[in-house]
Amino acid sequence: MVEQHNHYLPVLALVVAAFGVAAAMLGINALLGPKRRAADGPAVKLEPFECGSVPIQLDNRRRVSVKFYLVAILFVMFDLEVVLLYPWAVVYRDLGWFGFAELLAFMLSVVVGLAYAWRKGGLEWR
Amino acid sequence: MTLDWAFLLITAVNLVAVIGLLLNLGGVLTWVERKQAAVMANRIGANRCYIPVPVPAKAPGGGWKVRWSKRFTLVGLFHAIADGMKMLTKEDYTPPFVNRFIYNLAPFIAFVTVFATFAVIPFGGPVEPARLLDGPLLSGIGALDGARAWLAGFFGDGSGAARTFRLQLADLDIGVLYVFAVSGTGVFAAALAGWSSNNKFSLLGGLRASAQMISYEVALGLSVIGLFLIHGTVDLGRIVDQQQSLWMWGIVLQPHMFFLFLAANIAENKRIPFDMPEGESELVAGYFTEYSAMKMGMFMMSEFVAIAVIAGLVTTLFFGGYHVPFLYDDGFHFGESVVPLSHLTVVVLRLASFTLKVLVLCWFQILIRWTLPKFRYDQVMRLGWKMLLPISLANLVLTAGIAQIVNAR
Repeated sequence: MVEQHNHYLPVLALVVAAFGVAAAMLGINALLGPKRRAADGPAVKLEPFECGSVPIQLDNRRRVSVKFYLVAILFVMFDLEVVLLYPWAVVYRDLGWFGFAELLAFMLSVVVGLAYAWRKGGLEWR
Repeated sequence: MTLDWAFLLITAVNLVAVIGLLLNLGGVLTWVERKQAAVMANRIGANRCYIPVPVPAKAPGGGWKVRWSKRFTLVGLFHAIADGMKMLTKEDYTPPFVNRFIYNLAPFIAFVTVFATFAVIPFGGPVEPARLLDGPLLSGIGALDGARAWLAGFFGDGSGAARTFRLQLADLDIGVLYVFAVSGTGVFAAALAGWSSNNKFSLLGGLRASAQMISYEVALGLSVIGLFLIHGTVDLGRIVDQQQSLWMWGIVLQPHMFFLFLAANIAENKRIPFDMPEGESELVAGYFTEYSAMKMGMFMMSEFVAIAVIAGLVTTLFFGGYHVPFLYDDGFHFGESVVPLSHLTVVVLRLASFTLKVLVLCWFQILIRWTLPKFRYDQVMRLGWKMLLPISLANLVLTAGIAQIVNAR
């Protein structure tokens, strides 16, 4: 019989090890790579990269198009519905046709939401 | 509480195996990508790096001298090493206008999340360490008796019974949920790198990356629910156990969802044809434009390691994981006839089977990368929301109905 270890310790070990590998690579890079003071280099080194032309503005953290937020809201909505389906899928065999009827009722609400977003043009990228 | 030394040892072995497999595969895949490009463009490709080999040659005035004319290129594999050495010896430059903390944090998030995803993927069959040195060839060697006795003692449960371990770093019962949770965290790497760089290309790349990744996450999660309701679990170890028979492989049960799942995964990994966040022709390098040296290399490496992780996940869900067709714990079963094999042989065969499937799927992803032209951004969003999402919803209803009919019989 294969043992089921429901331990999260190995996950932590892997995260720490991956972090260590990344830190080690940066450490070697710091040892081997050249170190110059930015002020000694050419002036363009101090500017944000814009394909060689003079940057239009130095602060580029500005407000962004609202369509990205629309995608984020749609994601939250549909991904939560996906998450709700996981426990249902695991016990589906035991639920029988009742589980299937539940799925249809749930899908109805999802599809209505999707159709509404679709009709309203929420899925278009303009 | 006593420490479970056997469990700790197995975990340490698994940890070294996972890190070693992913790091080396990530390096080799950079070579595979170049070689595949060369093959598809009818070039020779990736043949510049070499180690000079001394060859004795006749000197003009008589006698012999050493010429370094022979070049040992190893089909271009040194390019992966040259890449790493180049990135390690470049200046790690942090521009003065960035948000330093977030700028330095982002590559770590990209790198660590990709590695952490592999924790729950079983890469080898169950191992019973006490039986590893049995078998027709090894049991005759008396010198191994000491090792055998030590294995039986160390990996016993105290009452004489042997313990069996799975070659899987963390055997979690939430399995796939963990995978989606951790790989979803990868969005932060792109979003934070793009925002903190304070560069308009980076910002646009980061925004595009986050919008694209969250769009495909929905289809990614939905496309495999059909498999979970057939298997009745989300534990990857149990799912692989149930794929012992060839007819239970995911590719046989849900062949269309394999393509959908792979497409959504490639979109998550932001590779061509979904490479709008990096879009070399319009955004320079996307969200890592302002990164240099090894920090940029960490983004590159996490992309290549992610290819291997995706291949591992697809293997586990759709291609029977470590299973070899007809191979059971005690050997091959062809109908009534049985070819008995030792435990060690079965373990090695299953490790090889998993590695081979992963390599083939890695190669398949790179083949796609060099075959398809890239999409426009509105096409990417349309594919995610208007194609993959409705198809996976329809598939779920259909699969649930069929599963119920099959169940009722």
